[in-house]
Amino acid sequence: MTQLEGYRDPEIARRLVAAIRSTVRDTLRVIEFCGGHTHAIMRFGLRDALAPSIEMLSGPGCPVCVTASSDIDQAVSLGSRPDVTLTTFGDLIRVPGSVESLQEARARGNDVRVVYSALDSLQFAREQPEREVVMLGIGFETTAPTVAAAVLQAQREGLRNWSVYSMHKLTAPAMRAILDAGEVAIDAVLGPGHVAAITGWKAWGFMPSEYGVSCTVAGFELNDILQALLLLARDAAAGVTRVSNSYGRGVTEEGNRTAQALMQQVFCRSEAAWRGLGVIPESGLAIAPAFADYDARQRFGLPALPEGPIDAEAQRGCRCGEVLRGIRLPEECPLFGRGCTPVHPVGPCMVSAEGSCAAHYRYRRVAG
Amino acid sequence: MSDGTVLLSHGSGGVQSQELIEQIFVRHLGNATLDGMEDSAVVDAPEGGRIALTTDSFVVQPLFFPGGDIGKLSVCGTVNDLSMRGARPVYLTSGFIIEEGFPLAQLERIVASQAATAQAAGVRVVAGDTKVVERGKGDGVFINTAGVGVLPQGIDISAGNAQVGDVVLVNGAVGDHGLAIMTLREGLAFSSPLRSDCAPLNDLVASMLAACPAIHVLRDPTRGGLATTLNELAQRSRVGIEIEESQVPVHTEVAAAAELLGLDPLYSANEGKLIAIVPEAEAPALLRAMRSHPLGAEAAVIGRVTETYPGTVILRTLLGTRRVLDMLSGEQLPRIC
Repeated sequence: MTQLEGYRDPEIARRLVAAIRSTVRDTLRVIEFCGGHTHAIMRFGLRDALAPSIEMLSGPGCPVCVTASSDIDQAVSLGSRPDVTLTTFGDLIRVPGSVESLQEARARGNDVRVVYSALDSLQFAREQPEREVVMLGIGFETTAPTVAAAVLQAQREGLRNWSVYSMHKLTAPAMRAILDAGEVAIDAVLGPGHVAAITGWKAWGFMPSEYGVSCTVAGFELNDILQALLLLARDAAAGVTRVSNSYGRGVTEEGNRTAQALMQQVFCRSEAAWRGLGVIPESGLAIAPAFADYDARQRFGLPALPEGPIDAEAQRGCRCGEVLRGIRLPEECPLFGRGCTPVHPVGPCMVSAEGSCAAHYRYRRVAG
Repeated sequence: MSDGTVLLSHGSGGVQSQELIEQIFVRHLGNATLDGMEDSAVVDAPEGGRIALTTDSFVVQPLFFPGGDIGKLSVCGTVNDLSMRGARPVYLTSGFIIEEGFPLAQLERIVASQAATAQAAGVRVVAGDTKVVERGKGDGVFINTAGVGVLPQGIDISAGNAQVGDVVLVNGAVGDHGLAIMTLREGLAFSSPLRSDCAPLNDLVASMLAACPAIHVLRDPTRGGLATTLNELAQRSRVGIEIEESQVPVHTEVAAAAELLGLDPLYSANEGKLIAIVPEAEAPALLRAMRSHPLGAEAAVIGRVTETYPGTVILRTLLGTRRVLDMLSGEQLPRIC
């Protein structure tokens, strides 16, 4: 048996499901922060397999989904300058702004390139010295260090035509915002594995100490998730509240110190606008003053918090905001699967492959 | 449709591609043959007999990749589209659109690769065309190939022929080509590089037809991958298809790369794979014939055709729960988080 097959072994999975069922007395309500977990849970059919012992709620952990429509609008407007090339990750190009998406702006003639890494964006800048190349930085602690590394590289090379429009966000402030709002009742948290690989699992210690709920950091394979849920179920049954690590092969207590140092050097904390959650203080990563030359906001005179609606799609009946806060399942939105599908999405949660609505739609269950 | 613009996702082979084809091309050009939306058209030859015709364009980047190149791909793609109707491919045409400044040595490598693949597949390139466009107006090389095949008597293979109770087979592991290209684009180095499965399937199909002339459906799951193609078949045949996740072959290194990038092998392109749908009684003989061919060594039965949920593909997951296996929508993009 290969390593990967072990993590997906159906026999092990069935034993874990049985153990969870026999441990949980009525229902354990668990929120998964990370869109990667939402996706995996739906893909593996875990919601059905675990109901009613475990009720899974989805959190705001899809970096594309939480990007404010006002930020998209500002990016589109920046990209409309004839001298600007925008480079961006993945499906951010499809997220609707209040008027249009970056994809629509690209088809209209704006120069928008999808890159797989910020280093590809640097390469564009080297090859086209006459153009202003702007990296649209999105993502949590997982992608922010790679953009920070690119900023340092640009500085070393003395690149004059490259900058970052940072929309990077931090995970813990969003989780706090959700719990502080008191809209959802949860018993435990499935902690984000990739994020914790950078921050270390002890960064999630505030969950038990401040909010009185257990949190275990989990991997993304079928049996990773089941094992983490079993641990949370056993903690709950024993009345234990703690932070723990169920993703030992990827995550350490302290995390990736090099990546943390890169982030601390290049970014500083700032207030940031989150779709669904509003403006949260100290929840974003702005380019630090020492690197102002590489800050697109400074370079093009753009406001730190752009004006305009954060959740433009709400006017069209979209409930992404409530889905991102964990208070509504995608299926409970009146547009789900009717006016809103991955092909014709209304809100960002249906746009991004990591969004809850897209995962729930794409892997929708069938009776029988 | 007329007020929008063409987006890259219109070319991804999924839902948007289908909409573009139906709402513009079929609307204007549609006829009884084209409306079948098959891999190739089967028409009566004026002097008797039937021929199959098809055309395909190739815009892959990078042009050279482990397991193949755009030249090999351009022959395999058209040979395979003809084979998916049970036709024996005979003649190809080859049209090149070349960007100014493209190195001649690379062009020769591509054409030599076309020649070697055509020879291996037993087809002849009998007509061609070259156009050169200004620098910046193309992406190195684009190739179009068209092909003609001869249809043996008594063969009736079509995307619309799946019957309730039929069995679904594939000739091997899925996702190799798509993941090979994606890891190359991402500059990811694996200890054993992923190889495209790019191969001409006409010889495999000939062995399959010899063992089982009653094959109902053949289709090569290229863009959009296995999941998208199964959906097209379910729609064309107005049946449900139920797939056992545990039975779908995926190479371990492909599964690992897909996991790393946040992609799904079931939605990744294949260039040397086919789906066969046959009556249940014929499946064992067909599986034996496939497995005894080098391009079918990893063949497997992956599911069956059902009455429930016509037009829909259902996946029975590793846990035994059932969910929809949808068409690809949008482009497959690596994850951010």
